[in-house]
Amino acid sequence: MSARPGTVAHQFDDARQQREAAELGMWTFLLTELMLFGGFFAGYTAYRHAFPEAFIEGSSHLDVFMGGVNTAVLIMSSLTMALAVREAQLGRRKGIIINLILTMIFGGIFLGIKAVEYSHKIHEHLVPGPNFLLDSPISNNVQLFFSFYFAMTGTHAFHMIIGIGLMIWLIFRARSGVFSGEYYAPVEIVGLYWHFVDIVWIFLYPLLYLLGRH
Amino acid sequence: MSALSGEDAPARAPRRNYLNVAYGVRSWLLTLDHKRIGLLYLASITVFFLLGGIFAVMIRAELVTPEGDLLQAETYNKMFTMHGLVMIFFFLIPSIPAVFGNFLLPLMIGARDLAFPRLNLLSWYVYIAGALFTLFAVVQGGVDTGWTFYTPYSSTYSNSAVAATAVGVFITGFSSVLTGLNFIVTIHKMRAPGLTWLRMPLFVWAHYATSLIMVLGTPVLTAAVVLVALEHLLGIGIFDPKLGGDPVLFQHLFWFYSHPAVYIMILPSMGVVSEVISCFSRKRIFGYKVIAFSSLAIAVLGFLVWGHHMFVSSQSVYAGMIFSFLSFFVAIPSAIKVFNWTATLYKGSISYDTPMMYAMGFIGLFTIGGLTGLFLATLAVDVHVHDTYFVVAHFHYIMVGGALMGYMAAVHFWWPKISGRLYPEGWGRFSALVIFVGFNLTFFPQFIVGYLGMPRRYHAYPEEFQVLNVMSTAGATILGVGYLIPLIYLLWSMRYGPRAGSNPWRAKGLEWQTTSPPSTENFLTTPVVTEEAYAYAAADAEEQESLRVG
Amino acid sequence: MSENGTHVLPLKIYLLIFAVLLVMTGVTVQVAYLDLGFMNTVAALGIACFKASLVVLYFMHLRYSSSLPKLFWMAGLLWLAILIAFAMSDYLTRQWIEQPQGWAENRTDPRGNVGARHAVPSAPLRSAAQWRASPVRW
Repeated sequence: MSARPGTVAHQFDDARQQREAAELGMWTFLLTELMLFGGFFAGYTAYRHAFPEAFIEGSSHLDVFMGGVNTAVLIMSSLTMALAVREAQLGRRKGIIINLILTMIFGGIFLGIKAVEYSHKIHEHLVPGPNFLLDSPISNNVQLFFSFYFAMTGTHAFHMIIGIGLMIWLIFRARSGVFSGEYYAPVEIVGLYWHFVDIVWIFLYPLLYLLGRH
Repeated sequence: MSALSGEDAPARAPRRNYLNVAYGVRSWLLTLDHKRIGLLYLASITVFFLLGGIFAVMIRAELVTPEGDLLQAETYNKMFTMHGLVMIFFFLIPSIPAVFGNFLLPLMIGARDLAFPRLNLLSWYVYIAGALFTLFAVVQGGVDTGWTFYTPYSSTYSNSAVAATAVGVFITGFSSVLTGLNFIVTIHKMRAPGLTWLRMPLFVWAHYATSLIMVLGTPVLTAAVVLVALEHLLGIGIFDPKLGGDPVLFQHLFWFYSHPAVYIMILPSMGVVSEVISCFSRKRIFGYKVIAFSSLAIAVLGFLVWGHHMFVSSQSVYAGMIFSFLSFFVAIPSAIKVFNWTATLYKGSISYDTPMMYAMGFIGLFTIGGLTGLFLATLAVDVHVHDTYFVVAHFHYIMVGGALMGYMAAVHFWWPKISGRLYPEGWGRFSALVIFVGFNLTFFPQFIVGYLGMPRRYHAYPEEFQVLNVMSTAGATILGVGYLIPLIYLLWSMRYGPRAGSNPWRAKGLEWQTTSPPSTENFLTTPVVTEEAYAYAAADAEEQESLRVG
Repeated sequence: MSENGTHVLPLKIYLLIFAVLLVMTGVTVQVAYLDLGFMNTVAALGIACFKASLVVLYFMHLRYSSSLPKLFWMAGLLWLAILIAFAMSDYLTRQWIEQPQGWAENRTDPRGNVGARHAVPSAPLRSAAQWRASPVRW
């Protein structure tokens, strides 16, 4: 039997314990996400160490401008998400909803630009697999770069889609006016998740797009 | 002399308890009660234990004769792969945490439930989903890569159901993560008043350390499995040597999780042993703080040694030396625990009830398994015994002689609490003996035959190894019978066993302060803790006093 | 400051952090176009760490949290470091010993350097048609 929204669930003694437990739970979950992307980063590090020229060549096929715009868009979405949490702490229903919608819009823009980038890659035969074609003596190793590019940005995009889904859920809850200074943990923890996804991109951008640009 | 006390056994069960508060399939499948979820897990993992056992039967049956005459090589490969996968991911890793951790943790810390009951139920459904995917893989013909999934065989060349199994393992990993997350937050935030960290039962410390490993290690396996699945399904080359990829990278990512995973499997058992040893010696545990911190040390150090699985994989020798050196360190906290348990037994008032028999079996067999682990950690020796039956014997001593015995101890120790019934003690002790004998007969010959050079994962072997293999199969038969007997009498006891009181073992611990079976809310009022854990001597002295006076 | 003692940050701080993050993104891009040798990587990672710290401390309120979330975050970073460091201990030291046909090592590059970290030359792969013709493997 779950609690009615806004009340304290039966296993907790008070609202404060419930909120602290929810926050700690999300931080613990973010630890797992850190290690998930960490696994990919470890593989990236090993291969970049072994094939530096291939990674530079692969990176040169990525669009710095589109990646940069995406970075800025994601940072903006982080701002609006943080503001949504702030509005929830202040109990301002409209402010929460507006900021959540803005965050979703920015997230959508990010995914849209990503989709354009992916379609370019498909067109240029840069998707690893049987269709990979590159005129270069080290095209095999460049294919490894693109394997990591797609695995990491794909996983990241997947996490963003989930984040947008969480925001839709939050908007529905916010509409019922349930959030206040006493009870805002759901907004806070979705915020933590979204910021983490932003942090991953903060690292992905220079490591994938900005290699050997000089 | 039995530790069971008969005086407080009631004529019938408490009116409302978690078992009879609601009936029907829906009340079980939609439950949010941590105790019922623990039982859902108990039923599921028992089914998978039997499935994994069937694969083991096929392996041992084939190995009775030196020729590969019972099964084709590819089929045999599938047998040992599925045996490993099912036993590790669907039995051992969830076993104590998901059944007894779920059931007991809130009771032991005086809480009404875990921090996130819905996540708890979700973890069971995720476990079932992962299990179904893996069963689907079995139906598709099985996987033959070994449970270790090494690339490039698994990613490029194998024609077996690799992707389905990879998805199954991927999904099951989330179940582990959710359980660990729940435990960590619960232990931090929901302890009863007066229950400081240093008053918690060691079972709780063990589960905290286990949860740290689950949370920090499992995602790296997820990453590894995703990459293998991508490569297998889409032809994306990541571990493909033709592209310059490194198959050993998979091994790094795989073992980064899978070595700490063995500590996920053993730490909860160690927690059980601490509880059982002190109860059946009527003594407080010797070196409580040391055992608590050594659990944490095992969890941390266990992450630093994974390369000892890769000494002969073309990993750099220098890295191998570092991993070998660190592997010796990780043995130290385990050894410390064994010393402390032994010291607890010294001058204790020991009774040999079934849980105690299993716990003592654990101490002896785990010691043998752990010591042979040191042989394997020695880089130069490992070059000789890697991929032989020596390794197989080593990890079965730890996993079966250690972890599984701890699980059986837990089942018997807390059975009265969970079911409200007592199991037949005579049969309990008898099957413990059968299991002990069968186990040693199965696996000790494997040390010998492995050292003599018999490789693992082969369905045929040179004739000179046959005698030892026949002994091993004979032992496996006895072991199998030993596991079937408890299944029968435990089920029998649920209906016909005598009713248990709230504390049939006269044990310390908050879970024994409430009824057997407990009510849904666990406690009528939140308990307040005022004494240290395992205050047995004081309690027994009080009891003697009251018997003398009264 | 709301009722149960949780800290509500003033709007200014959020906007300031946002501005710094955007500026540092621009800096990252500019620095990438300068030739600083291996310092390029150091600078890129350093700036990324700085930006991430701002997000963690201010947007995720870690600066105003109790010590437990801080401890968890530190532990996560430590574990990430363990994974990368120990895995790289293998890759960085493989070439210290002569290895027969090692992975990407011990190959002569066109300038005649032996043991240089040089790419494996391309080998012909299966065509798309050949891959599609292979049986679907579950």
